[in-house]
Amino acid sequence: MLLLDREGAKADLWTRVETLDISADKVIVPSALLQDALAARRPGQQIGVAIDNTERAAALEPYFGALALVVIAFPTGYNGRGFSIARQLRERGFSGLLRASGPLVSDQFPHALACGFDEIELPDASAERQPVEQWLAAAARISLNYQRGYNYGAVANILEQRRAARRAGAANV
Amino acid sequence: MYRYDEFDERLVRERVAQFASQVARRIDGSLTDAEFLPLRLKNGLYLQLHSYMLRIAVPYGTLHARQLRQLARIADEYDRGYGHFTTRTNLQFNWSKLKDVPTVLGLLADVEMHCIQTSGNCIRNVTADHFAGVAHDEIEDPRPIAELIRQWSTLHPEFEWLGRKFKIAVSGATHDRAVVKSHDLGVRIVRDPASGETGYEILVGGGLGRTPFAAKVLREFLPREDLLAYLEAVLRVYNLEGRRDNKFKARLKILVHELGIEALRALVEEEFAHIDKARVNADPQEQARIAAYFAPPAYEDLPEVSRKLEDAQIRDPELARFVEHNLFRHKKRGYTAVTISLKPIGGTPGDITSEQMRAVADLAEKYSFDELRVTHAQNLVLPNVKLDDVAEVYEALKAHDLATANIGRITDIISCPGLDYCSLATARSIPIAQVLSHHFADPEKQKQIGEVSIKISGCINACGHHHVGNIGILGLEKKGVESYQITVGGDPSENYALGELLGPGVPAEYVPEAVDKVVSVYLAERQQGETFIETYRRIGLAPFKAAFKEIADVAA
Amino acid sequence: MAAVKRPPLPVILVANDLLEGDVVFATADGWSRDPRQAKVAQDDAAAQALEAFAAREFLHARVVGATLVDVELRDGAPVPRHIREAIRALGPSTRPDLGKQADFQI
Repeated sequence: MLLLDREGAKADLWTRVETLDISADKVIVPSALLQDALAARRPGQQIGVAIDNTERAAALEPYFGALALVVIAFPTGYNGRGFSIARQLRERGFSGLLRASGPLVSDQFPHALACGFDEIELPDASAERQPVEQWLAAAARISLNYQRGYNYGAVANILEQRRAARRAGAANV
Repeated sequence: MYRYDEFDERLVRERVAQFASQVARRIDGSLTDAEFLPLRLKNGLYLQLHSYMLRIAVPYGTLHARQLRQLARIADEYDRGYGHFTTRTNLQFNWSKLKDVPTVLGLLADVEMHCIQTSGNCIRNVTADHFAGVAHDEIEDPRPIAELIRQWSTLHPEFEWLGRKFKIAVSGATHDRAVVKSHDLGVRIVRDPASGETGYEILVGGGLGRTPFAAKVLREFLPREDLLAYLEAVLRVYNLEGRRDNKFKARLKILVHELGIEALRALVEEEFAHIDKARVNADPQEQARIAAYFAPPAYEDLPEVSRKLEDAQIRDPELARFVEHNLFRHKKRGYTAVTISLKPIGGTPGDITSEQMRAVADLAEKYSFDELRVTHAQNLVLPNVKLDDVAEVYEALKAHDLATANIGRITDIISCPGLDYCSLATARSIPIAQVLSHHFADPEKQKQIGEVSIKISGCINACGHHHVGNIGILGLEKKGVESYQITVGGDPSENYALGELLGPGVPAEYVPEAVDKVVSVYLAERQQGETFIETYRRIGLAPFKAAFKEIADVAA
Repeated sequence: MAAVKRPPLPVILVANDLLEGDVVFATADGWSRDPRQAKVAQDDAAAQALEAFAAREFLHARVVGATLVDVELRDGAPVPRHIREAIRALGPSTRPDLGKQADFQI
């Protein structure tokens, strides 16, 4: 597995478990165990949840305050349902880390970042062909977008740019 | 017409560079073929039977002369000297080379064109009424919102990886010329009877293909300012709830069918309530900025009737026929919209040579305020021609084999490329169109038959809109042989209807006779002034079925 | 990619050139754009050899969509039996001036 974000490759400090054995400091549990894991949480311990793309953002809403990480599975790169789940989580106020996990291609990195993901967890087979440099290049390839509220990093919103140009134009009159 | 500002331009240029990088990464092995496939499709590049095929977006069917000339140049330098207009008002080049595509995309960007989202599981090129802005029956010009939707849907990060393609059409007139009900999402501009304000009726879940459905009304009246937020809600619900287990069941129409329109409406309204509308919607200044590009050109004040044209028609009966068939009533007195038929007798529907492209570009500049439209029926339109100029336009068209007077007539056939080009096709469609065109070539016969549409698809995917043809023809393969099913009664207009099957498929050689039988039933049964579809509605399927059976029995 | 299901013999191997898109036919020593140059596999071993060649060539990003196509021999030259492949080997039936039929005067 390769974990990467906008800065490049990063160490994965999180431990994935399938049972309530949550001894690690940062632990990711399946959504079925989330409530119990949060109840058993030690002080200072961080809990994350891994969800399938058939699960819904609204179901996590009660836990937003206590939840440090949401991992959304992408069963294939073509299945973009996770982008909408991420978007909903952000719109409904989730401010923790958001991770996309699955065989995405680097050209999807800007889509993931724009929808609110922070990091990508990539299977080795994909990472071997698409090194981190390709992901960073992909994130910087399109420098603007039309969709307001989907901005990240240096990506400029065209509508905002036009609005600013109008204001500047009006000020100059 | 809309013109790119520096931001539109930069985005398209960056997209060209992105595609060049994708090709390079496919070749160096960074991307597998399976990973590259959706990336090239999202840029309109298919691998067809003989070659790559490049589909170029013609947003809501609008073109200007410089663009068409550039397409002619690409046809000559990078293809085989011709292009093909499709039922989504795009232009296809059939003989593209992958290694040339980045260069071709650069040439397109030079004239504010691109191939973005002309294929793939994303929001496709937005289509519109081809008489938008000039139609006499228009409530409001739909092009400004078509452009707004084009921009909003371009590289939308959340909706680049949908379960299936998503097609949007807009119409601002009472008469539907955009086949709105066969779209995943249709926007009809309507007037609120109470306030007099214009807003949008939103329809969803239409589609042709193997399971055709007519779109249903999702929202009767959406205030103008909320358009993008509402579209975002619909697309999000589709992306989340649409099926992903079976690609034939992944379109929005299946979700509407399985969930029911009320349940879908509840989901969309809930999502819409959550969306920060001020963030998503375009502000009024932005809407006004776009709308300004579509202000009417500097029309002259002209009399209702052109004496010049009347006189010319008396001298030239062929011109009179052209005027009768190919002109559409303009909202501005003294002007008309001239449809240029890409359906010469025996030709390939929608095909145009580079030489013809240049000729049409010249006419657009000289006679139509540099404006052109592409119709979903695979024809072109000069939308702003003075009645006084029609005879000259006609002569110029005639010199380039573009003056066929058959718009809306039986030889104005819609046809997909079929098995002559398409790797998905199960049977040929162009040869069927050609033989029918020859069969009904006689202008007097065409006039006698009147308004009727034949639409031909070479496979179940229905690019040739066969379901909504008054006479629909679907090419299939039966035991290794091409076989054609015929339907009657389809209607793409506001009286939307899907055609009914006449019987079993027949081999290609029986198709003209079968269509002839169908037409004969109409001619025998019609009452004063009735069109084909009106007679069909009155007398029903049975007489057509009975007549067809005679052919089907012989064929069997 | 090797064909999953093998059509009846004899067969030829047809693919598209990755960079050009042009239809190409496996010959005794590579690829040809001329369908009449296609190597005809008369038995399972020869068909398997074509499949192995297809897999190698796909891996090296030279061709895509390689498939075995069943043919009959007419005047010693292979002609695809199925209409789709016959059109693919010749060009559009409506445009005899284009495609292989024009390039190679077939």
